[in-house]
Amino acid sequence: MAINAEMRQADSLADNQPYDLPDATGHFGPYGGLFVPETLMHPLEELRLAYEQCQADPNFQAEMDADLRDYVGRPSPLYHAERWSRELGGAQIYLKREDLNHTGAHKVNNTIGQALLAKRMGKTRIIAETGAGQHGVASATVAARLGLECVVYMGEVDVARQEANVYRMRLLGARVVPVTSGSRTLKDALNEAMRDWVTNIDDTFYIIGTVAGPHPYPMMVRDFQTVIGREARAQMLERTGHLPDALVACVGGGSNAIGLFYPFIGDSDVAIYGVEAGGEGIATGHHAAPLCAGRPGVLHGNRTYLMEDDNGQIIETHSISAGLDYPGVGPEHAWLKDSGRAQYVSITDDEALAAFHHLTRTEGIIPALESSHALAYAHKLAPTLRPDQTLLVNLSGRGDKDMHTVARHDGLVL
Amino acid sequence: MSRIAQRFAELKAQHRTALIPFVTAGDPGPATTVPLMHALVQAGADIIELGVPFSDPMADGPVIQRATERALAQGVRLADVLELVRTFREQDTATPVVLMGYLNPIERMGYTAFAERAQAADVDGALIVDVPPEEGHELVTTLKTHGLDLVYLLAPTSTDDRIRRIGSVASGFVYYVSVKGVTGAGHLDTADVAAHLARIRAAVDLPVGVGFGIKDAATAARVAEVADAVIVGSALVERIEALAATPEHIPDSIGSFLASLRTAIDGARVAAL
Repeated sequence: MAINAEMRQADSLADNQPYDLPDATGHFGPYGGLFVPETLMHPLEELRLAYEQCQADPNFQAEMDADLRDYVGRPSPLYHAERWSRELGGAQIYLKREDLNHTGAHKVNNTIGQALLAKRMGKTRIIAETGAGQHGVASATVAARLGLECVVYMGEVDVARQEANVYRMRLLGARVVPVTSGSRTLKDALNEAMRDWVTNIDDTFYIIGTVAGPHPYPMMVRDFQTVIGREARAQMLERTGHLPDALVACVGGGSNAIGLFYPFIGDSDVAIYGVEAGGEGIATGHHAAPLCAGRPGVLHGNRTYLMEDDNGQIIETHSISAGLDYPGVGPEHAWLKDSGRAQYVSITDDEALAAFHHLTRTEGIIPALESSHALAYAHKLAPTLRPDQTLLVNLSGRGDKDMHTVARHDGLVL
Repeated sequence: MSRIAQRFAELKAQHRTALIPFVTAGDPGPATTVPLMHALVQAGADIIELGVPFSDPMADGPVIQRATERALAQGVRLADVLELVRTFREQDTATPVVLMGYLNPIERMGYTAFAERAQAADVDGALIVDVPPEEGHELVTTLKTHGLDLVYLLAPTSTDDRIRRIGSVASGFVYYVSVKGVTGAGHLDTADVAAHLARIRAAVDLPVGVGFGIKDAATAARVAEVADAVIVGSALVERIEALAATPEHIPDSIGSFLASLRTAIDGARVAAL
């Protein structure tokens, strides 16, 4: 029953790792921090204190664990993709099935945690930004359950290309506000949510959907998502008797990836690969791969790798998957890159689509286009490893939301 | 003494409240900015705040966001803003100019390069909206070494500790954000502002400007009774937007609006004496 609590304990016994970031001021080496207007400084401090209290409170953890079990359906299964592994002739590939969570992706692990925190802080209204709509749906879902007012900011461009998710949010009682400023995508939705928060700070809790934003968000969202890695680590040990040889996860903001990676950071024999959206190819400039092709700067409250021009203006990104279409990345990934603990690679739209179709036909699992980036890299990596080695891939979400995009790409209209 | 400090000292001696207009550099096009700055001075501006366009202005409301987009569409970048100030200085070496913007363009240029170029263009100070003192040590040091004032925001949510901390690193003046919200927000409560200013003055030994929510002569006059400076931005930028198709009218039209605020502010101070 208390599987998550047990794993948490097992995990803290297992790693004697020196890694203990962020520091007290929210920095991962030179990255992260608190780059926000003065109005938000004190509210962020209050949030940090409230979060620390909840972390230390066994009742909060018990409530969280119960919700993850009964409402989300955790622990999510670990699935050995035997047919696919055999076909590739290399490492055994295991999929962490976050696609089987309630609402269809890993996003809900975080919204459950933040919504409980919002309730504890006495907030009556929650706001969120969303790109593909998965975080918006996960936020609207927990808001409906807790009886909180919910407003979701979404770029006008994304509202048009993710119609089904917009409707889901509205069914759940959320108000979806199309954002018409800037490039009218995820980054602008984040700007708009920040503006709302600054204005309605007294009664409003801002649920950020990824490990970006100002401290404590990158830490807090990571902590809520590490349930993925804690479970997977225990499941791999139980199933194979060993830790995996490598981890693979897609990285937009990077919350599913850090959730998987974090409990393995101290396990130096486990290779870690984060997969960014290569779009039409890094060389074309049409991509969303700041770690592979960007440089450090400051956006949305933290210092991290960014896609920017020579004048420090943020540039538009491109990816077939709206969930990876973001010019920044969580600051902890920036640190893991610089420190050499994780490697970041990119996968193009076409490679991701090929992996989407391949997994669907080989294993009968339709993955999200975001997760398909991780699968495509696993497809390349597995054959370079021996059949007695293992590869753990985070299948962060299911592909139902992507039917229209894939069909359109195949020349069909649904 | 910096040009900003000197300007406040003069105003204090005259029992006058400073008027600080904000406009976005390069809005609606770079050719408008310098003539507009001169018109603002003519109309009674004591200090000019010049917005540096940034693609993601998360502290700004829709009016200034759109101004930013117009300027960016005209290709106006940080280097161009510095050049506009340099041109302004060909005719005006008396009026302090403060750049207001976000960190990333400065990071990209490099702190030292920015400080050197700003000093060369005869900029007086900078207000970097997304850099609280906690993250600003290197930036503050670099800018101060080059003779630039660093203006900081204070907010209704600032605790006494934060006010003290900001007071210890800020120079020139501090900018009290009179409402919780983005630029251009409404609902300015003068009594509330006065209470906050008392708290700030107890901890900060710098002039206190008040901005956000000053829409017209009446609000400007009310704020002038309690503040050392009245900062007005969105109300001007909104008028600039309305004239974007006929930019030749902008300096005169914005100048006469600002002059009406000047009259109201001076009237308020006289009445208060």
